[in-house]
Amino acid sequence: MREVLYTITYNRPLTADVWEMRLAGNTGAITAPGQFINLRLEGLFLRRPISVYHWDQESLTIIYKVVGRGTEALAAMGPGQKLDALCGLGNGFDVSKCGRRTLLIGGGVGVPPLYGLARALLAAGKKPAVLLGFNTKSEVFCEKAFAALGVETVVTTVDGSYGRKGFVTAALPEEYDYFCACGPLPMLRAVYDATATSGLLSFEERMGCGFGACMGCTCKTKYGNKRICKDGPVLEKEEIIW
Amino acid sequence: MVDTRVTLSGIELENPVIPASGTFGYGQEFAELYDINCLGTFSFKGTTREPRFGNPTPRIAETGGGMLNAVGLQNPGVDQVIAQELPRLRQVFRKPVMANVSGFSVEDYAQTCALLDREEQVGWLEVNISCPNVHGGGMAFGASPAAAAQVTRAVKAVTEKPVYMKLSPNVTDIAAVARACEEAGADGVSLINTLLGMRLDLRRRKPLLANGTGGLSGPAVFPVAVRMVYQVYEAVSIPIIGMGGVSSAEDVIEMMLAGASAVEVGAANLVNPFACRDIIRDLSGAMEKYGIQSLKEIIGGAHHG
Repeated sequence: MREVLYTITYNRPLTADVWEMRLAGNTGAITAPGQFINLRLEGLFLRRPISVYHWDQESLTIIYKVVGRGTEALAAMGPGQKLDALCGLGNGFDVSKCGRRTLLIGGGVGVPPLYGLARALLAAGKKPAVLLGFNTKSEVFCEKAFAALGVETVVTTVDGSYGRKGFVTAALPEEYDYFCACGPLPMLRAVYDATATSGLLSFEERMGCGFGACMGCTCKTKYGNKRICKDGPVLEKEEIIW
Repeated sequence: MVDTRVTLSGIELENPVIPASGTFGYGQEFAELYDINCLGTFSFKGTTREPRFGNPTPRIAETGGGMLNAVGLQNPGVDQVIAQELPRLRQVFRKPVMANVSGFSVEDYAQTCALLDREEQVGWLEVNISCPNVHGGGMAFGASPAAAAQVTRAVKAVTEKPVYMKLSPNVTDIAAVARACEEAGADGVSLINTLLGMRLDLRRRKPLLANGTGGLSGPAVFPVAVRMVYQVYEAVSIPIIGMGGVSSAEDVIEMMLAGASAVEVGAANLVNPFACRDIIRDLSGAMEKYGIQSLKEIIGGAHHG
């Protein structure tokens, strides 16, 4: 973990309430896709955790959904403004655990960290496939970004207005040897039940500190108590207790 | 050069800055970030006789100028703290540490304190009779002078270490509780624990915290804490560790002028993991600004003359 003062280079809407923001600054603390940053925002006491979409040596990009005061404040910021962040938080996805044909399953605002993961898997010589679920056509984002990586990308919408109709679990492919999932809790539960292989699931929880000090986000697992912020947010399928 | 040293029951602290229990774990997370030997000491995570998972999540909520928590004393239990956490702690912290203890009965407190009494690195026992987030214990003992005195006596009977009773602000007369602790033999008092609060989720029309209520901390509670430290200073002659919303070197000085011999920093650590290091760094400059040569000399300064 490192505290970094980033400079916003752009902040633009992808849908009615999902935004993409690029932050220029040191990213050396990031060690795995699926990690997050914790942002300090003017007028708010607690930091706000946001997962990293992708990163390079000089910058990182986040995609976030406006859901409350923190993300509203974030959406109101623009190029040149500074953001204080704790960078490189959480365990992230362990690429070495992933199979050659890993299925990446994302739901709504859980989609972004899978993009960094897809790039890492490709860099490791693996061949991921992507399955993205949204409620409706107007909420779809990131599909083109995945397609541009050359990975097979399937989109589902609950109302059938775009892609295949239904939840992601209705569109699981025949062939995959591992999966990584990030999305709302009901989706993670459904994916857990519907998948036949091992996998990694990334969870969300209200956090105090984001670095393991306050015990605000602890959950029970078969491997013992885990802090979502420090020992997670990514857990192995085998350890999860629902 | 200004003098930042203070003394708590015969043990000298390089400076009065102490991370508060529950915001600093057993030190490991922060030792990864900076050399925690710069601290006066720190108060480790509230430890109970048996391991505790704590409350269901969400345990944390934002408030104006602060936060609510209802962690509910999650900790691995005193046996594991002694077997695993203290040996790890020794690797990163070479000063006496403050052992924070909670319980659900008078015997509970005494047993846990007796075990920690044997640990060389434990400099002080900070006995939490003020946790607002557990049922059938915690704050119930801090709510009445008689119960607070009972816990104090039971703990004093099993330990040679200095005992600081950590008091609840959720009472009508905190000075009366402090006096009862002093009369029962407490070496000092720590105050304030968090203020009982609640936030509601407008969409669900239910409390934001799974526990319903939680403890309020952060800058919002600072004036309440200063007031209570001021009142307790007039009521007792044992040292006071002041806490509640402290987030700057100026806050430390203010708390000491109100009557604190040392100062704990809590919620600030969660927002800025370097908060205590920064406060210690800023302390000399703040002392010079206000013409303070030695911090010891300003304890209770607001009461004199």
